[in-house]
Amino acid sequence: MSNDITTKPIRVTVNGEVHEMNVEPRMLLTDFLRHELNFGGVHVGCEHGVCGVCTVLMDGKAVRSCLTLAVQTDGHEIVTIEGISEDSELHPIQQAFIEEYGLQCGFCTPGFVMAIYELLRDNPKPSEEQIMDVIGGELCRCTGYEGIRRAVTSAIKKLQAGKSASASA
Amino acid sequence: MKPAPFDYVIPGTLDEAVGYLADEDVESHVLAGGQSLVAAMNMRMARPELLVDLGKLDELDFIREEIHDEGGSLHIGAMTTKRTVEFSPVVENVQPLMHAATLMIAHPQIRNRGTVGGSVAHADPAAEYPAVALLLDAEITAVGSAGKRTIAASDFFITYFTTALEEGEILTELRIPAMAPNTGWSFKEFARRHGDFAMAGVGVTLNLDAGGHCENTKVVGFALGATPIRAKAVEDAINGETPSPGLFAAACKMMVDGVEDPTSDVHASVEYRRDLATTLAERAFAEAVKRAGAEG
Repeated sequence: MSNDITTKPIRVTVNGEVHEMNVEPRMLLTDFLRHELNFGGVHVGCEHGVCGVCTVLMDGKAVRSCLTLAVQTDGHEIVTIEGISEDSELHPIQQAFIEEYGLQCGFCTPGFVMAIYELLRDNPKPSEEQIMDVIGGELCRCTGYEGIRRAVTSAIKKLQAGKSASASA
Repeated sequence: MKPAPFDYVIPGTLDEAVGYLADEDVESHVLAGGQSLVAAMNMRMARPELLVDLGKLDELDFIREEIHDEGGSLHIGAMTTKRTVEFSPVVENVQPLMHAATLMIAHPQIRNRGTVGGSVAHADPAAEYPAVALLLDAEITAVGSAGKRTIAASDFFITYFTTALEEGEILTELRIPAMAPNTGWSFKEFARRHGDFAMAGVGVTLNLDAGGHCENTKVVGFALGATPIRAKAVEDAINGETPSPGLFAAACKMMVDGVEDPTSDVHASVEYRRDLATTLAERAFAEAVKRAGAEG
């Protein structure tokens, strides 16, 4: 029956922009974002949910795009790393990764940033356990996680400072 | 590492979903959160011809407490995500063991999509929810073209990734009795890295009678064999006895007695899993007794 399979129309919002396309049911969200829409920040890693490098936000929640089918995103909203900051500004989490040596090769970084983005949006002062639960769900083989751990602490402060700055402005 | 071709439907009603699955000429598979199935499809260990996505069935996404004469119970729809369970005050109050077990499942990024029904129907022997269902005497509701039926968790898990669900049946709901007052409980597992599948896990519930003896003891082990198992020999050795480290140490040696064809793989040998199950069970009993005493 594989010859009979037709593509399915989807309407999905990615980084604020609506895309209407036809996709094969077997197309993973990772490949859709990276190869069809050219969001190069969506990296392709293990493709079975373990490494976390493909993490994006779906309706605001950090998910593995390799365990999500593009066809499942019909009517939903996706945010990739390209969508968390405006113009050439870096998001405070990205800035913190640079300053605290939260990356070396950078392959895993988009996944970490997206997962941490969700954590700090919902919970500006997470516990040590909550931070470890989230960053433990992403694999990094360069940093030994210490730099990433420091980057989270730094990002918490930056976001807090940004909030009070905008509150007083 | 890409799925083989398949067709995809996303029905708007449960009846429609059952209709798709009833076609015997098509090898169909239910898609819930996809956190196990899509991985298996990517590796081509699963090659369904048709995926029936339950993602639009909001009627299967609920958590509620029902109160009846024999106490209360927790009703959870199959499409409820683990993340929803994690943050549900109802679950934490009515069935704290399930809340604790949920925090041990993978990572938030997986719990955001993984569902209660998917985990139970998938029946991975190292997964938490099948063990929780067995330990807490859950009732599992399934709907198929022949109608609706309820299956006791003790009859549900047949072997590796195999359940009592018939072809074409959809798991729709889990009903778990509320934790009885003054019940001591504990849920423990061990994995090399936090969030990985457990190499062994144990869940315990018990009460202390007026004389301080253990009663209603239940203990389940998982990741030890083809399904989660009740360790009846351990329960029998503990019921009626005064809790003590010596009692638990002796009884917990029997944790794997009922396991047929115990798991031995690259992650852990039979002996290692047995020792792990024994140690985890001892710790779980100590914690459960403390909780039973604290509340009693």
